[in-house]
Formats: sequence, structure tokens, C-alpha cells
Amino acid sequence: MGPRLQGGGAPHPDNRMEAHADSTTQAGQILASACGGRRRPGDRIFSNGATIAAVTVLALLAGVAIFLIADSVPAITANASDLPDGKSLIDYIAPLAFGTILAAVVAVVVAVPLGVAVALFISHIAPRRIANTLAYIVDLLAAIPSIVYGLWGIFVLGPAIVPVLDWLVNKLSFIPFFAGPASVTGRTMLTAGLVLALMILPIISAVAREVFSQTPRRLEEGALALGATRWEMIRMTVLPFGRSAVISGSMLGLGRALGETMAVTIILSVSGVVTFNLVSQENPTPIAANIALKFPESSGVDVNALIASGLVLFGITLVVNMIARLVISRSDIQ
Amino acid sequence: MSCPPPDENPAAAFDPAERVSPLGGGTIASGTLPPWFLRGVVGGAALIALAFLLATGGFTIVLFFVLTAVIALPTAYVWSRAAEGRRMAMDRLATLGIVAGFFVAVGPLISLLYEVVKRGLPDLNSSFFSESARGVIGAGGGAQHAIVGTLVITGVATLISVPIGIMAAVYLNEYGKGRLRKALTFFVDVMTGIPSIVAGLFAYALFAAFLGPGIRLGIIGSVALSVLMIPIVIRSAEEILKIVPDHLREAAYALGTPKWKVVTKIVLPTALAGLVTGVMLAVARVIGETAPLLVTTGVIDSVNTNPLSGRMQNLAVFAYSEYKDPGVDVQAGYDKAWAAVLTLILIVMVLSLAARWIYRRYGTDLRDTR
Repeated sequence: MGPRLQGGGAPHPDNRMEAHADSTTQAGQILASACGGRRRPGDRIFSNGATIAAVTVLALLAGVAIFLIADSVPAITANASDLPDGKSLIDYIAPLAFGTILAAVVAVVVAVPLGVAVALFISHIAPRRIANTLAYIVDLLAAIPSIVYGLWGIFVLGPAIVPVLDWLVNKLSFIPFFAGPASVTGRTMLTAGLVLALMILPIISAVAREVFSQTPRRLEEGALALGATRWEMIRMTVLPFGRSAVISGSMLGLGRALGETMAVTIILSVSGVVTFNLVSQENPTPIAANIALKFPESSGVDVNALIASGLVLFGITLVVNMIARLVISRSDIQ
Repeated sequence: MSCPPPDENPAAAFDPAERVSPLGGGTIASGTLPPWFLRGVVGGAALIALAFLLATGGFTIVLFFVLTAVIALPTAYVWSRAAEGRRMAMDRLATLGIVAGFFVAVGPLISLLYEVVKRGLPDLNSSFFSESARGVIGAGGGAQHAIVGTLVITGVATLISVPIGIMAAVYLNEYGKGRLRKALTFFVDVMTGIPSIVAGLFAYALFAAFLGPGIRLGIIGSVALSVLMIPIVIRSAEEILKIVPDHLREAAYALGTPKWKVVTKIVLPTALAGLVTGVMLAVARVIGETAPLLVTTGVIDSVNTNPLSGRMQNLAVFAYSEYKDPGVDVQAGYDKAWAAVLTLILIVMVLSLAARWIYRRYGTDLRDTR
């Protein structure tokens, strides 16, 4: 091996090729076997090791499903009287699933316009010098642990939002979402939804930004050359080009919001009702919050019921994420 | 991300007043506004908002920003519409709206960091790091047990995730073909979306199947974190391996080097800094996880360094339980929760910054050559 190979870390500015792992390694294999003859034992061991790791990862995902299903079975077969609250499993999980979806939808409704605005700001409006720094700051939002958002939500945002809740109930109580009575602590579905929105904003804006900044130059310049204003250029070229990215980013954000636990656990006051009222003391409980609150003190079939609710959560997020990934991979092909 | 070089922003290259557009017919602009128009309107609105709030005595930062936006947006639109016409006015309004949206998104981040530092700093003293919470009822005591637990649980999770994750990435990039490769790519993406609490339930169910129900161990938490960490490690490692130049591999093959040596002696060392960076970012991502540990490692007040026996505390769960059951001195409990949270944020920040630094300092500049 020459020094050049060992110094393989040097930059290669003219390398514009993507790694065509398949073709080159095959060519290499043919060369190697031509020179060295048969496959060496080291090769067999290493390639088997890599394959085993790959299979392990798939087995892990399958294991998640299998173990959750296996531990849900006792709750599925149990009598309603043995389950928590004496309800059947479906009656137990349905209100929780409602709470999960409501909180996540509130979060997505708030986060998508903001995420798109942030992405457009960084990709098309902010001065180039500071755009990368701004992108880093927004990414920081994603790195902050969820427990921090929970504590911030209950100690800072909750008290601060109370006057807003009063105002909403006074002025807009004809809308079912703001029927009231307004919470005096700020521990409401709206607060939880806003905090979740903050948590999923980075992923939405990251996915959108990535694609917005890849809008073909010729389209943007064409629009401007035809006399479009910057906003018209964005509306006619950037947004249509990035539409599937916005959709898939929103779906990924929805998946995050559905499974997010600590923020909703801390902020919501648990009452387990089914209501669209976002501003009152009584609010629906999401599945994840219910598990985090009840699991440490549960035993027996109660644990199985909680695991069954976790299985439902897993199913919902799996479907949402798979749709998101399919949208992404389809738009990649085009 | 491909950013256009400076001075190439096409939007800035034209004087809007001179554009004649087939889109709207005729010139857009019936007049012009000075280049400082937007800055002037926003500054003026901010001054009016400030004066109004100080006069009424109800000054808060949030209210100030809201009022500024409420004054600035319509003013800019109406003024620009009168001077420049409908289309430029819409452009002004959209620009201001996007900027406002950005500040709405970043404002809470600033508030959050400020509050965490303000509330967490007073309790972040030497006893916080050197004492456990054993026998402590009110104020005093520390979080040594939680810090040790966090390091052990995350450390074991890293030991599990890194070999599996990097080997799987090697498989994807160097060996994989056909359906297994496709399935792995797709399901790794899906795995990144597993809710953290579901990962916790899985790890609990896995161990409960062998060790009986109600089991709580540090290692269970590590397994739960591994489920969250492995897809992140695979993703970042695959990205990095993908950009190792092919001519390095080809040169080695041409010399008759066996494939496994090409991977271990050429590809992995070339990508080393990137791999380390990816692992550090993955650690930063899972070290603050609360939910999966809440259901797997239990709560305890004293130091436990053995992940295979007994319950184990960690910083995130410590913060949560101090918030939930603050004890007789409620404020002291809350203070400890904030101190724990501040410690976590500091760890995450140091890890992310160090990861970026390592990549800049030792990373081969492969990414920019694409």
C-alpha cells in the first residue's frame, strides 16, 4: 500500500461522482479474485458480520412489534372488569387515541406554516452570511431534551398563556375549540399543542429547507426575468417544487408529535375526557402521557393494558411514518 | 444543502421598479419606495409599540413583538400598495410575514434557554455533583446518582448501538444488494420514527419475558435507548461512507487488497471523523430521553453503577420526579429539577459543539466535493 492510499483523508475537490458502491465494488471483486484467486476467510467473516448486523436491525424492529403484541394479548383476552376503570380494552384505549391525535393535529396545524416560513426565511430571504447560523439555531431546537420543553411549558408558557385563553373564551367561544371555561393554570390542550409544535418545527423546516434550496436556479431566475416579485417567484417556483417535501415533513412532524411523551405528560392535567375544547381544565389524555403517568405504579393486567395502548400508538406512528417515507422516496425519483 | 454563493441572490439583482411584467401586464410599480422602506416601517412600528406599552404600563417583551408586528404588517402593505401597486405590496407583506414567522419560532427557544439558565444556575453547585439524594427530604443533597446513572445507561446504549449501527451501515454501503438492502433502508427510516415510550415498553416487555414482570434495571434502559440510537447511527454512518471517494477503493482493489481489508483499512479510517461525529450526535439525541427510562430503569435515591442489578436513576427522570414529587420543600424540588435540566442541556450542547468541531478539525472535506 502506497503512502497515497494511507493518506486517503486528503480532500478531493474534483470528485463529483456519487459512490456507486455496487458497480465499483463488483469490479474490485472481479479484480481481486483475478489476482488473489478465491474469496479469503477474512472476507467471508466480515461480510457475514455486516449481513448479521443488517438482519439484527430488522429483527429488532420486528421484535418491537412481536413483544408488544405478545404482551398485549393478556389485556385483549381479559374481562372488562379486570381492566383499568372496568372498561373494555377498546373503550379504554379509544379516548386516549383521541387525545393523542388531537394534540398532534393541533401541533401540526401550528407548526407547518411556521416551519415553512422558517425554511423560506433561511433558504430565500435571510442574507447568505447568516443563513447557515440561523439554520444551526433552528436545529438546536431539535437537540433540546423533551423534559426541558415540558418544564418550560408548565412553568413559563402555561402561566403566560392564561390571559390569551381568557381572551379566546370571551371573544371566540362560539367556536367549539374555545368553548371554555378557560383554565386558570394554563394546563390545557392548546398549551400542550403549542409546545409540541415547537418540538416538531425543526424537522418540518429542515425537510422543507433542504428541498427549497434545491429549487432549480433556472426556474427562479426565469420567474424573476419575467418580472415576478420575490414573493411571486417563491409562490410560482419554490413552493410547487417543494410541495411534496412540505407534505412529507409535516407527516414526519405528525409522527413525532403523536409519540412525544414528556411535554404532554407534564403539561396536561389528566382527566381523560373526550372533547374538542382546547382551552379548559378538563382535557383528553394522549396515550403516551397515560403510559408515562400510570406505568411506574401499575402491575398485573394493567401493565398489559398499557402495553396494548402502546401497541396502538406504535401502529399509528408506523403508518404515518411509512406514508411520509413513501412520499419522500417517490419525490426523489422524479 | 446547496447554498448559492453570496452576491448571486437573483432577487436582489433587479430594481423592482424597473420590471415590466407579462404576468401582471404593464409595469408593476407606479412609484418607488426607498430601499430602507421595510426597515423604516418595522423600526417605526417598534417605536410606537414601545411608547404605547410604556405609556399604558403593561410592557412585556412578547406583547412588544406582537404589537410591533400588528402595526408594521398592515402599514407596510397599505403604504406600499399606495406607492408601488398591489403586487409589490403583496411581496412586502409576504416578506414581513415570513420574517415574523421566523421570530415566532425562535422566540420560544431564547425564552427556554434563558429560563433554564436562570432557574437552574442557583442549584448547580458542587454538592449537586458530589452528593446523592439518599435520605434527603427537603432542600440539599445532589444528583450524583442521576449523573452516574445517565453516564452508565447512555454508555452501555452506545456500546450496543455503535457496532450494530456501523456494521449495518457498512452492509448498506459496501455489501448490500437486492431486497434485504431495500428493506433495511426503508425500515431504518421508519425506525427513526418509533416513539421513545414505545421503545421503552418494548425493552420492558423483552426483559419481563425472561426475568418476570415488574423488572427494573439499568440495562433495560440501555436497550430502549439503543432502539432509538441505532437508526440514527446507521443514517449518519451511511451518509459518511457514501462520500468516501471510490478511487480509494479502486486503487486498493487494483493492488489486490481483499475487500474486508479495503473496508477496515481504507474506508472506515477515511470516514473516522465523520463516524465519531455521527455517534456523538446520536448520543446527544438520546441522553436526554425521559419516557423510555421512566418505564424501564425505575427511580432510586442512591448511586448505583451496576446496570445489571437494581434500579438506576438518571438526570431526565430525576428532573421529572423532582417536578412531580418535589417533597416537603416544593421550591427546593423544583430548583433541583431545573438544575438537572440545565446539566442535561449543557451536556447536549457540549456534545453537539464538540461533534461539529471534530468534523471540522479532523474530518476529510468530503461532503463539499459532491
